[in-house]
Amino acid sequence: MFVNQFLILAAILFCIGVYGVIARKNGVMVLMAIELILNAVNLNLIAFSMRNGSADGQTFALFVIAVAAAEVGVGLSLVLLIYRNRRTISLDDLSEMKG
Amino acid sequence: MFAASEVTEAAVALSSGWFLEHAWLIPIIPVIGFAIIILFGKRLPMKGSEIGVLSMLGSLALSAGAASQWITRVDGAAEGQFITPVVRVWNWWQIGGMKFTIGQSIDGLSIIVLVVVAFISTLVQIYSLEYLRGDRRYTHFFAALTLFSAGMLAMVVAEDMILFLLGWEIMGLCSFMLIGHWWEEGANSRAALKAFFTVRTGDIGLLVGISILYFASNEWTTKELGLSGFSIRGISAWALSGEPGSTVILIAAIALFIAAIGKSGQFPLHTWLPDAMAGPTPVSSLLHSSTMVVAGVFLVARLYPVFFTGFDILGTGSNLITIIGGITIIIAAALAFVQNDIKKVLAYSTVSQLGYMMMGLGAGAWTPAVFHIFTHAFFKACLFLCAGSISHSASHHSFDMKKDMGGLRKFMPITFTTWIISTLALCGVFPFSGFFSKDEIIDNVGHNGYNTFMIIGLVGAFMTAAYMTRATYLTFFGAPRGAAAGEHHDAHDAHASTHDAHDPHVPHYEDDSHAASGPHESGLLITVPLMILATLALGSGFLNATPFGESWERIKTWVEPSAVVVMAASSDGHSAEASGDAVVSEDGHHESPCGSETPEDGLCYAPQLKHAPFAWSKAAVSLIIVFAGLVISWLLCVALYTRKDKRLVGLTQRNAALGAGYRFLDNKYYLDALYENVIVKAIAGPIAAGAYWFNQHILDGILHAVAGTSRTIAGWVYRNIDQRVVDGAVNTSGKATRGAGGVLQPVQSGKVSQYGALLFSAAAVAALVLVIINT
Repeated sequence: MFVNQFLILAAILFCIGVYGVIARKNGVMVLMAIELILNAVNLNLIAFSMRNGSADGQTFALFVIAVAAAEVGVGLSLVLLIYRNRRTISLDDLSEMKG
Repeated sequence: MFAASEVTEAAVALSSGWFLEHAWLIPIIPVIGFAIIILFGKRLPMKGSEIGVLSMLGSLALSAGAASQWITRVDGAAEGQFITPVVRVWNWWQIGGMKFTIGQSIDGLSIIVLVVVAFISTLVQIYSLEYLRGDRRYTHFFAALTLFSAGMLAMVVAEDMILFLLGWEIMGLCSFMLIGHWWEEGANSRAALKAFFTVRTGDIGLLVGISILYFASNEWTTKELGLSGFSIRGISAWALSGEPGSTVILIAAIALFIAAIGKSGQFPLHTWLPDAMAGPTPVSSLLHSSTMVVAGVFLVARLYPVFFTGFDILGTGSNLITIIGGITIIIAAALAFVQNDIKKVLAYSTVSQLGYMMMGLGAGAWTPAVFHIFTHAFFKACLFLCAGSISHSASHHSFDMKKDMGGLRKFMPITFTTWIISTLALCGVFPFSGFFSKDEIIDNVGHNGYNTFMIIGLVGAFMTAAYMTRATYLTFFGAPRGAAAGEHHDAHDAHASTHDAHDPHVPHYEDDSHAASGPHESGLLITVPLMILATLALGSGFLNATPFGESWERIKTWVEPSAVVVMAASSDGHSAEASGDAVVSEDGHHESPCGSETPEDGLCYAPQLKHAPFAWSKAAVSLIIVFAGLVISWLLCVALYTRKDKRLVGLTQRNAALGAGYRFLDNKYYLDALYENVIVKAIAGPIAAGAYWFNQHILDGILHAVAGTSRTIAGWVYRNIDQRVVDGAVNTSGKATRGAGGVLQPVQSGKVSQYGALLFSAAAVAALVLVIINT
């Protein structure tokens, strides 16, 4: 069925996103990878909503988009402040939390 | 039971309306107002007073709407039809098999009291805006005043005795808070405590009475009406059904009447009411004259079937209610003669008038007594507000008529006029409102066979006229004295300290507006309420003007519950219909068996009352007595206070018998001394001494033994358990934590991507687990 293709696409997007979060050193890139993960989830929600014939999943996807927008806003402002303070956005340099 | 349509062709559907259906909102509005004032009042532009006034205006508007719809309901009903109250009931809480409901039951009695309470509360709050301006607890004052109104309104709309009790107690609490509003003065807080405890003494009776009624009537009301034994309608029907034994209902009626004695200041628990004048004047006006103190009267009127059956009201020539009422009329009126404080004169006058209402109820004059609540509220509120106006603007916060008043009629024309109108209404002069209610009480008391009490009522009317003339003369006539003569210019500080007992609310020394101008008329916020109340004191009597024929008896039509046998057509008591078996007696009135005999196949909610036919000859007697009181008292006052007649001045010093009488009155029959020195000390003294001995010898002994043992045990516990076991455990767990921390330390690398990897791998593991579990 169609739904399978959607789910496979979502799974691929999700994996790319996870790879980006783990492997990328650039903060902005990590944020973009997170966006990929969220959109993979959206895709899943809509696919399942289509299969069940109910609009609940689509409504949820709309909420996720709104929350993702807010999340990007917060994330970018964090990156901006890090840049101002340290003149770099490389995540490897940010290891003050080392125990 | 039969289908309703068989027996009732005459009955028509009763009209209702939004205001009647939503009358429960009337007490809710001031409750919300109270919450807003107490939470945000201090931050509001007018310190919360605007919320108080607005919430009272809201209640007044709803009450007026409900009243007009009730009138439509009554006027639209068929002749002899039972006008069912408008009932809304909700479940409140449920415990075991018992279900408690909360709700409204609106009938004519509720409507008339709702209108009075909401109206007087509104005016008093407006008056207080000016009177308490600058008070240090301004916001709290308005909060308590609003809560008080909420309590009274809740009690009036109550469908069952639980809500009734709730409203009753809220009023008691607010009364305490408001009497002690200026608690910095020791006398004020003592007065507040005295009021609270005296009323509490009576309240025990209310609890006992409600419990007796519940346990006695619950089974019957549940079976016949589907109502609980707390429902006022259920209790009323039960009391008239011939079901209850005469002993149980007599005891319940006595218990409830004790509560009414305490709340309405009847003998012998009247002593708190004059002391309650320590509160601000608006409080005296609202709580202790026109509304709260009629709660006791209202209780008797509300549960009238219980008292009617319990005391066999139309069958005897005297009963507990009339005896207490009669005694109260006379003793309070006598006390009013020896008071120099204008508010105390009015307080004793209130006690005496409440005695009239009680006596009327006790003698079966239900409608005149309820009408007297209505008219008395207007003229007594007006008199108190006049007294407040005088102290506010003329006598420098003093209420002493002999020292600081006199000759004020020239300075305060509005206050003087309104005072005179209300005084004439109180004395019962035709055509002022008091005449129509008080004379009706006296007339009906005699008509129902209580002849002794009719004479007491007439003597009381004479005394009322006399002491009010004395108060009027001392205040408004003669030469100005003390503060009224402007004396406080010199002795300012002395006055401020000696006469402050009542009104220490204004910082006198700084913004004393009348120090400069002497006595003058009060501002509009004070005089407008006075004028409105005086107009009603003059005109409200015409709502039930018996002398002009039956078409004038509006209050009787609208308020008096119809005593007809009602079929209990359905179990909720809602759709009960009149059976129409009332017989028409020779004078054209419906006579129903309610109250006099057990109704067959049906229920009564109200007893059949008798009404005295009006006769000008009887009215003339009481009017002559009142005029005699006015004239004799006036002549005596002129002789005693102005001409200083040698035969009268100092008579109480020269004549031993009169002196003894004066001292007896001056000491308020030594009742206060009896309560405080004899009863309170007799109970408190031995018990306190016993408790002290018990404390010193037994409790302390036990305490010392326990303490010694504890010390020994504690030492052992410290050495062995605390040091070894507990500390050992703590130290070991500390070490273990430290080791675990060391092992886990490398995980906290500080690298974000590593954390991300951990997170996702954990999620992946969790997903795997889920998949395995689900398959």
